[in-house]
Amino acid sequence: MTFHPDNIMTNVSFKKVLLLGSGALKIGEAGEFDYSGSQAIKAMKEEGIETVLINPNIATVQTSEGFADKIYFLPVTPFFVEKVIEKERPDGILLAFGGQTALNCGVTLHESGILEKYGIRVLGTPVQAIMDTEDRELFIHKLDEIDVKTIKSEAVESVDAALRAARELGFPVIVRAAYALGGLGSGFCDDEKELIELTEKALSFSPQVLVEKSLKGWKEIEFEVVRDRYDNCITVCSMENFDPLGIHTGESIVVAPSQTLSNDDVQFLRKLAIKMVRHIGIVGECNVQYAYDPQSMDYRVIEVNARLSRSSALASKATGYPLAFVAAKIGLGYGLFELKNSVTKDTPAYFEPSIDYIVVKLPRWDLGKFHGVRREIGSSMKSVGEVMSIGRTFEEAIQKGLRMIGQGMHGFVGNHDLKIADIDKSLREPTDKRIFVIAKALRSGYTIEDIYNLTKIDRWFLYRLQNLINTEIELEGYNEITDVPVELLRTAKEQGFSDFQIAKAVLKDRPQSGAEGNSIVREYRKSLGILPVVKQIDTLAAEYPAQTNYLYLTYNGTTNDVEYTGDHRSIVVLGSGAYRIGSSVEFDWCSVNALMTVKREGWRSVMINYNPETVSTDYDMCDRLYFDELTFERVMDIIELEQPHGAILSVGGQIPNNLATRLDAEGVNILGTSAKCIDNAEDRHKFSAMLDTLGIDQPRWKELTSFDDIRKFIDQVGFPVLVRPSYVLSGAAMNVCSNEEELERFLRLAANVSKQHPVVVTEFIQNAKEIEMDAVAAKGEIKAYAISEHIEFAGVHSGDATIQFPPQKLYVETMRRIKKISAQIAKALEITGPFNIQFLAKNNDIKVIECNLRASRSFPFVSKVSKINFIDLATRAMLGQEIEKPNKSAFDLDYVGIKASQFSFSRLQGADPVLGVDMSSTGEVGCLGVDSTEAILKSMLSVGYRVPKNSVLMSTGSARSKADMLEAAQMLHKQGFTIYATEGTARYLEENAIPVIRVYWPSQPDMEPQALKLLHDKQIDLVVNIPKNLSSTELSNGYKIRRAAIDLNIPLLTNARLASAFINAFTTLSVDDIEIKTWDEY
Amino acid sequence: MRETRRATLILEDGTTFVGKSFGHESSTSGEVVFNTAMTGYPESLTDPSCEGQILVTTYPILGNYGVPPHLEKDTISEFYESNRIHARAIIAQDYSWEHSHWQADRSLSEWLIEEGVPAIYGIDTRALTKHLRENGSMLGKIVIEGTEEVDFYNPNSENLVAKTSCKEVEIHGDGAKTVVLVDCGTQHNIIRGLTKRGLKVVRVPWDYDFTTESYDGLIISNGPGNPAMAEATVLNIRKALEIGKPICGICMGNHLLAMAAGAKTYKLKYGHHSHNQPVRRIGTNNCYITSQNHGYAIDITTLPEDWEPMFENMNDGTNEGIRHKTKPYFSTQFHPDDTDYLLDEFIAMI
Repeated sequence: MTFHPDNIMTNVSFKKVLLLGSGALKIGEAGEFDYSGSQAIKAMKEEGIETVLINPNIATVQTSEGFADKIYFLPVTPFFVEKVIEKERPDGILLAFGGQTALNCGVTLHESGILEKYGIRVLGTPVQAIMDTEDRELFIHKLDEIDVKTIKSEAVESVDAALRAARELGFPVIVRAAYALGGLGSGFCDDEKELIELTEKALSFSPQVLVEKSLKGWKEIEFEVVRDRYDNCITVCSMENFDPLGIHTGESIVVAPSQTLSNDDVQFLRKLAIKMVRHIGIVGECNVQYAYDPQSMDYRVIEVNARLSRSSALASKATGYPLAFVAAKIGLGYGLFELKNSVTKDTPAYFEPSIDYIVVKLPRWDLGKFHGVRREIGSSMKSVGEVMSIGRTFEEAIQKGLRMIGQGMHGFVGNHDLKIADIDKSLREPTDKRIFVIAKALRSGYTIEDIYNLTKIDRWFLYRLQNLINTEIELEGYNEITDVPVELLRTAKEQGFSDFQIAKAVLKDRPQSGAEGNSIVREYRKSLGILPVVKQIDTLAAEYPAQTNYLYLTYNGTTNDVEYTGDHRSIVVLGSGAYRIGSSVEFDWCSVNALMTVKREGWRSVMINYNPETVSTDYDMCDRLYFDELTFERVMDIIELEQPHGAILSVGGQIPNNLATRLDAEGVNILGTSAKCIDNAEDRHKFSAMLDTLGIDQPRWKELTSFDDIRKFIDQVGFPVLVRPSYVLSGAAMNVCSNEEELERFLRLAANVSKQHPVVVTEFIQNAKEIEMDAVAAKGEIKAYAISEHIEFAGVHSGDATIQFPPQKLYVETMRRIKKISAQIAKALEITGPFNIQFLAKNNDIKVIECNLRASRSFPFVSKVSKINFIDLATRAMLGQEIEKPNKSAFDLDYVGIKASQFSFSRLQGADPVLGVDMSSTGEVGCLGVDSTEAILKSMLSVGYRVPKNSVLMSTGSARSKADMLEAAQMLHKQGFTIYATEGTARYLEENAIPVIRVYWPSQPDMEPQALKLLHDKQIDLVVNIPKNLSSTELSNGYKIRRAAIDLNIPLLTNARLASAFINAFTTLSVDDIEIKTWDEY
Repeated sequence: MRETRRATLILEDGTTFVGKSFGHESSTSGEVVFNTAMTGYPESLTDPSCEGQILVTTYPILGNYGVPPHLEKDTISEFYESNRIHARAIIAQDYSWEHSHWQADRSLSEWLIEEGVPAIYGIDTRALTKHLRENGSMLGKIVIEGTEEVDFYNPNSENLVAKTSCKEVEIHGDGAKTVVLVDCGTQHNIIRGLTKRGLKVVRVPWDYDFTTESYDGLIISNGPGNPAMAEATVLNIRKALEIGKPICGICMGNHLLAMAAGAKTYKLKYGHHSHNQPVRRIGTNNCYITSQNHGYAIDITTLPEDWEPMFENMNDGTNEGIRHKTKPYFSTQFHPDDTDYLLDEFIAMI
């Protein structure tokens, strides 16, 4: 018997540890790290270890009171982390819980000797092991040592050498020309003849050719592995990608457990994973990804992630095994056998979960929000969020999941008809619509073999999808619900058909509304006793008794696991669903805080949500967690079982808010503002009429159905106008049109104007300030409020804008009027709970643009800056308690908070990185400072901007923005920066006595100096490119410069007000002078 | 919708579950047990330890990867645990009528029909599992619509060891060292594991007096049912304890070795039926995930002084293996899986 204690960290007792967060949410690094980090903090707290957290993401749960002991809203960069280390002197550091950001930062700190200098120990996996997995060469070398196969490519310089390499690797192979852009000269070769042809061609482009084994069509399989310092290992879950290799696992549908692997396959890959993890020396948790041949037991290791990941968060939620928590404890030196299974609370954490359901993860894309982005999915990640669905058949789980995605789909079938020009091509070159293309193909008579050959998706999944089509066709053979055989109806429900899907298949277009068909089916099936049952997730497939509150609903069962007592003590909180552009971690924070208050006030807290990247779906955050859909049907199912005292719809963003009217009609007790008042705010016409009655101003708008009417209306209000079609063909849903031509182009190409599809046209007020009111009211009276101002002028979506709280540049008069108007609205809508109003202000003229009777995106920001928990107050108000107005006033703050947005344009190939009326940011940070300047600098650095060293490229757009930028240009000049400028900007700056170097546009490629070349040569440290008007043309010069800046990772600013603020900040304040203060110290 | 026959599971306490048939259309009866392994139905069905059992899989979807061909090398199945299905029936929530795997040569349903084994899907297997867990394994019968109902059958009233053991001495593999494998219903993977390591395996019937043979080591296999039935084996093991050659018991072999040493066994409230049983080697920090399928355990308090516990179950603290304090005898309740090294240790002893 051998005993291998790792020599790294035996018997170290930690007193204070530093946890690195992942910063703003971005594509590839999202809410899963709030979940992981929060779990790590819980694990440390349980041990009485003080936690210091660095994370500028103010909307997260981990940066909340009651989580980390000390919180720094600072960038997770070596510079700032070192400063915090210097101040805090922690004895340990956790690198595995903040994604790639934290890991990279940690490796740098190790390499530069900072960790050693301050005597800080890395908890868990040692840095050398991390580097062995991160560095491709080291990684291959490491696995070669134990004869584990990785994906290798061989560089050759002749056809003969290519042949030799291919014979060694085995056909098919991929040939890539080295140093050639855009895949020129690359391709697949099935045999020697093809190889010779292609290699000859490739060698004509490039002196070197890379030959690599082609794994096209191989399966992608993942394992999550945990190892402790005693060398005990477990694998927690096998996960299988629905899409074959070539599609990033973040872009793929993923199932757990694996569905198409035999026991031999699973055991083989499992043992291999453990062998690797032992050899690499992981201490904690890691993820292993395989390519697996569908025709043999051949495999390649794609990668090993020596940290918590999106997959580990998914595996945790899929199995109930808290990977992050356990990894943190292992980091402290515990053995797996010393920890408890936190579901059973009785058995040890050393076990491999067995699950008795199937889990399907689906990605959520928002590509429609971007101009010019490619829709094809592939090896880089573009999705912005994900959902996880649970069922007891694959059909049930995938249909639930497709509804959860929240893009207007009802499941696999029963959706509006998709227009696909070339089904073959769409199957071969998948886009974000892939699964629906399969539905279309199956309906069009494609066989499983046809689809398999085009997609290489394992036939098992396709057979299962075919079952759904078969059921749909069978349902369509009936015209009345009561004619459908009971068995068929039951089968449909077991396959995850919603009442709506059944109604659509049977009643066709007969009911006037979907809701009507829905209730016909619902009533009928209930009369037949076709009801879902509640099952527990217990990690052991019922082998041992377990008291668990982690639940889902299924039609594949006859008995509930939960005994309902009908005590009316439950409060159901509806969560926010998939993270998407416009709704992400901030609503998770709101949901979690509502749950905590509900529980504290003595009620049973019940959560419904299905996003595996969240803290709200952590089963120890509430008394009962339903990991299930937020559809009307499913929420009603749960409410009928729970018989709650009431439901909270106002903390999970728009999804729950939209259910208000229908739930109210079913007699659900909606806590807080009534459904009728919610409707009065949501319905544009009703809200507008109310404002008119109250004498509150709003931008002029009209809902119009013809071009003539639109023109007539614009004659009154003038250009520019904001145009919102109700039906969008392609591209963004909203646009600002500055002239006749743009209006014409937008409405003809992108949208559709008709009686069925009206267009809302609103006057667009330029150079107006945008102001937000976040508030909590009780019985129509405002109890707490926060007014914040946008740095940018109106026209930048409030979710993309940089927001300042408390406001620094508002007239007292403006503030007073905003308060007054808000009070009037709160009273008129009898608001109880959270709400948000957006205002436009120009010369003390105040107009209301929007009012939401729910928590807004900025609730965590204003709550944390003001240190008044708005959600706690709102929840107590909704529970009917008397709310005292907080004593302190937000105006007394002697510091400033800035919320800045994180964009993920670098992941979205082709997208034009401009800001407009539609939101495009994927995340945000919030930083505090002694003044605006410091807060701006911290927050901009937190979202990835860097202070330029030498030179700035400026194209400052319209005359107005040129003038706006003049002062900033002067400051740059004064500080000794070299200013490069395009034609008009150069002339303007020179006229104002600022020396510049004129550069030429991409459309003048022969002229030097050339803007693009300067960017490619890394001569530019910052690009300021202000588009002339608010509609973007993809092929313009500006687009090329903006896109090049993004692709070359050069900081880019496209808004004059924000650019000025940032330039002002870094020219007046040195990064070295930034104060390193905890949240508490403000 | 697929036309299927109605199939009903009736438990001895009167509880019934109604589902649909996907196997052989005949009625049957046996002891209803569940298993929480998520894959491995070909192995489970052919495991002699499942003799007389109606198998309930807690993983809800069954049949995804079909069934591998019945290839035999040296009369030992390459993919199965024996030459036929031993379970009386199989029950799942959902059956996958279509399968997909490169090794499969037929569907699970086809195989079950070939071997005359009934099967049901469409019943709440989680509810059934909880019922079995709380009431202990119980007898049950499956009634397929249109076929004749049969009586309850208690496999434990029979000598299942005798039923599943080989009838004659067989020789497998070739090597300098010889091990005797007492077949109480052995899984083929034990034989594969030994021949792969270059041993000559003399597979003998459960009641065969192997002490007359010359051997370097003795292995006592797994097997179905109540260990008390294998009295003849116990008597032979007692003789082997006198001989002094290394002994290794697996699963039922663990019980039998303990009984030969003088200890007693008892029936567990919650039997171990899964691929994920955590065990710890006593006195170390080494833990293993093991595969188990049994309902009995050794009563450690009855273990003679010169023996000691070697492994324990981390979930319920029950014994998972014993060893002699001075002599080369040990046995484990689990199948060598993550613990291949145990076989290596055994071989090192001989």
